[in-house]
Amino acid sequence: MSVVDRPPAADASGRGAAFASPEAGDELRIVEPLIFAASAPGRRAVSFPRPSEDAREAATGQPALPGAALRTSALRLPEVSELDMLRHFNRLSHLNHAIDLGFYPLGSCTMKYNPKVNEWAAARPGFAESHPLDPAAVSQGSLELEWLLAELLKEISGFGAVSLQPAAGAQGELTGMLMTRAYHRSRGEGELRTRVLVPDSAHGTNPATASMAGYETVTIRSNERGGIDLGALREALDDHTAALMITNPSTLGIFEDQIDQVIAAVREAGAIAYMDGANLNAILGRFRPGAAGFDVMHFNLHKTFSTPHGGGGPGAGPVGVSDRLAPFLPGPLPLLAAGDADEVRRNAWAGRSTPGSRFALEERGERPTSIGRVRAFTGNFGMFVRAYTYIRANGDAGLRAVSDDAVLAANYLRVRLADAYDLPYDRVCKHEVVFSGRRQKREHGVSTLDIAKAILDHGIHPPTIYFPLIVEEALMIEPTETESLETLDRFVEVMHAIARQAETDPEAVKRAPLTTPVGRLDEAGAARRPDLRHDFDAA
Amino acid sequence: MAYTPHTAADHERMLDAIGVTSIEDLFADIPPAVRADAFAVPPPLTEQEVRNDVARIAGRNRIPEISFLGAGAYRHLVPAVVGEVIGRSEFATAYTPYQPEVSQGTLQSIYEFQSLICELTGMEVASASHYDAATATAEAALMACRLTRRNRVAISSAVNPQVRQVLATYCSGPGIEVVEVPADLAEGGSGLTQVDGAQRILDGSVACLVAQQPNFFGGVEPMAELGDAAHAAGAQFVTLVEPTSLAVLAAPATYGADIVTAEGQPLGIPLSFGGPYVGLMAARMASVRQMPGRLVGATRDAAGRKGYVLTLQAREQHIRREKAASNICTNQALCALAATAYLTAVGPAGLREVAELSMTQARHLAAALEERGLGERRLGAPYFAEVAVRLPEAGRRHAALAERGIVAGYPLWTHYPELTDTLLLAATELTSDEEIGALVTALEEVA
Repeated sequence: MSVVDRPPAADASGRGAAFASPEAGDELRIVEPLIFAASAPGRRAVSFPRPSEDAREAATGQPALPGAALRTSALRLPEVSELDMLRHFNRLSHLNHAIDLGFYPLGSCTMKYNPKVNEWAAARPGFAESHPLDPAAVSQGSLELEWLLAELLKEISGFGAVSLQPAAGAQGELTGMLMTRAYHRSRGEGELRTRVLVPDSAHGTNPATASMAGYETVTIRSNERGGIDLGALREALDDHTAALMITNPSTLGIFEDQIDQVIAAVREAGAIAYMDGANLNAILGRFRPGAAGFDVMHFNLHKTFSTPHGGGGPGAGPVGVSDRLAPFLPGPLPLLAAGDADEVRRNAWAGRSTPGSRFALEERGERPTSIGRVRAFTGNFGMFVRAYTYIRANGDAGLRAVSDDAVLAANYLRVRLADAYDLPYDRVCKHEVVFSGRRQKREHGVSTLDIAKAILDHGIHPPTIYFPLIVEEALMIEPTETESLETLDRFVEVMHAIARQAETDPEAVKRAPLTTPVGRLDEAGAARRPDLRHDFDAA
Repeated sequence: MAYTPHTAADHERMLDAIGVTSIEDLFADIPPAVRADAFAVPPPLTEQEVRNDVARIAGRNRIPEISFLGAGAYRHLVPAVVGEVIGRSEFATAYTPYQPEVSQGTLQSIYEFQSLICELTGMEVASASHYDAATATAEAALMACRLTRRNRVAISSAVNPQVRQVLATYCSGPGIEVVEVPADLAEGGSGLTQVDGAQRILDGSVACLVAQQPNFFGGVEPMAELGDAAHAAGAQFVTLVEPTSLAVLAAPATYGADIVTAEGQPLGIPLSFGGPYVGLMAARMASVRQMPGRLVGATRDAAGRKGYVLTLQAREQHIRREKAASNICTNQALCALAATAYLTAVGPAGLREVAELSMTQARHLAAALEERGLGERRLGAPYFAEVAVRLPEAGRRHAALAERGIVAGYPLWTHYPELTDTLLLAATELTSDEEIGALVTALEEVA
């Protein structure tokens, strides 16, 4: 998955060439036809060798497939030339906004620059061609990389153990909740502890995860300062509480300034303290959740450690755990089977292999307390290589600078935009800041959705909108550390211009966007009359 | 190496604007008792140094020159054009298409992906992607429980063991019981799921029967009979399939599958030590509201232009929270794009060539081993492109061959004690006659 960085041909608007006017005449005007439109019988892009005479002859003595098992229905995959397919996908790519094209302050998603050397690293043949079931003797490199990454994540987070297996943040959450269940069960409290507490500012994945793990969710309200209401928390905690799932810094971008008391209260109630690590980018080197007393946290490697978001994945959601949850980690874990851990680490950080060291995966059944596998193999390994490369390149100083600059940028936008938009929680933020468009809505009838669409016309991806749910008309802005001051200033200008336009010409804001390949789409119609695939029969 | 652009002057200006004197002030809200001041992460590296470091580690892998290892992950040709498509940073550095006006590239490619998966499987609706086949299958079983309001799941023991382990993990939370349907692994047995065994287990409490085609041993299952057994009990028929095989084997819809899952890795995704891959899921339209994962639908804008949006989101966690069909959020979109590009590049003729060549080479391999008296097929059923071969002292010879850069498949006894000395050998279109010859020679040498 090497990234070939090639800017699309741009038209006068500075956007991709595919923004040309749609052709008239079609019932539906098409920006780029489906690939099926380019198909003609007999065309092809790739062909494969014929089997040899020997092979065919040898095969005749082997059992043939029963007729009933064979495909009789059509297989209408596209038949296209390589050039036509490449142009199709390249033209589609021009319809996307992406980090590599422009500012992408999508709150909670950490859309920072994805360094290209990480792609180089993941594409090394030694990694790309490594089969997950290869004997350990030939996979020492893959296993060493996993072990080293886990060591780095342990150090960064302050947890005693890490499993890399979960494929995404939400799966890391599920892993955490299943470990919570296993822990309580091991203490004879599996039936007793049935509830998971979730603040009202939480990501939707938190309550959805608690349900998937068989728990009932109890919502804890936030206080007027945007933090968790300690009184409400203490009231809700009892011997039916299995865990608290808390995002810190919160989805308001606010660090829980009573986090030590929150953790203490949860632990005192015999419950598990889960930290959603989606916002770890704000606190690298400043707060180590494991050292602070959390029991479990998932990392989002695609956020904090800058693996490409891929249009919606792949991510990776390793979990770090305290000693009391370590026995329950999903397996198999990569292990240092021979060698001294300190020496192996010391050598690795100096770029050397350690003679005599050997890595292995846990054997099946080696750790009977494990909750088992949460996915096949050991995880989204390609993301591990990228995250490892990113952590090594940044090093200790670089990682601290990541959080320093991310927090600085968010606070800069907080003060620069405070005159134009309401700031429901006006206090120092971390990596993101949440404004409200309620003034524009009330006074001018311009909603946050309208503001977001107007931002599109400036070649900028809008912030996350209408989240967190506790902020009316929310605009959740996460600039990240990789955007220059010039970019931040331009965003400030754009946001001010839109706020002014909302006052002077609200209808113009509601007409946005005008420069995108398509205008606002009929989402209600899409849900009412679902059209989820190409109709080959009608074509 | 730092990726932050700020100069000292930038820092000054930003701190001034904020009205604080130092960056430290911005972290003053972290309670002192839990504030960290350092961590023992090694110091920064330059690009040159980090490349050397990564090259050292990658170099410790000794990629086998010859491999017959499959068992859920397969070495196939990844056409260069597929790498080119997913390497476009407009795809790779975008995120979930929350703003459809600037995400039509991602959205339309997902719509094409859904169309291709529906065409391959014969099903009516396909989701935008899951983490891998194992999690897709586990989620399919949970979906069947919601659809039938039952809480037991039956799964064939001839389903990939890792898939069964993940299913068990997913079912442990909500307390769903998992029952295994035996496969015929006795001496002289077929290696197939026992239909009468399935019938015995399937009753009014079972939400679904999960079977794999071809099964973990490569065997071609009597899917229509298994489907009938599931339906007779009012259960859903969940089928885990191998996507390249669908050029040759019946589309799951034609044998009554209700939910289809698959591992998309063979479709243009490198082995990469197990991930990222992509789980596929397809189902009947009538079940769509219980389906987990994202869906893209076609619609139009006010000017009548066709466009694509995320749709039917009322199933999803960001809307439904604790009542969502699943917690899945980030999935494997870029890998789904690779599969879309792969299926487009190879087309129907290419996919058929891949499937047929893989089958032919698997048969060539089995015949060569039998002919030289090195081993015998352990299971009787016709197979697709993986074959279980028993040979004396398989464990020792497997290890000895690995030392020579040949991986002689997957040791089946690690999961199936009754399959002693039996290796699961896979062929793909990349398996050459010379590699088969080299395996035969090497096995003779380590006899």
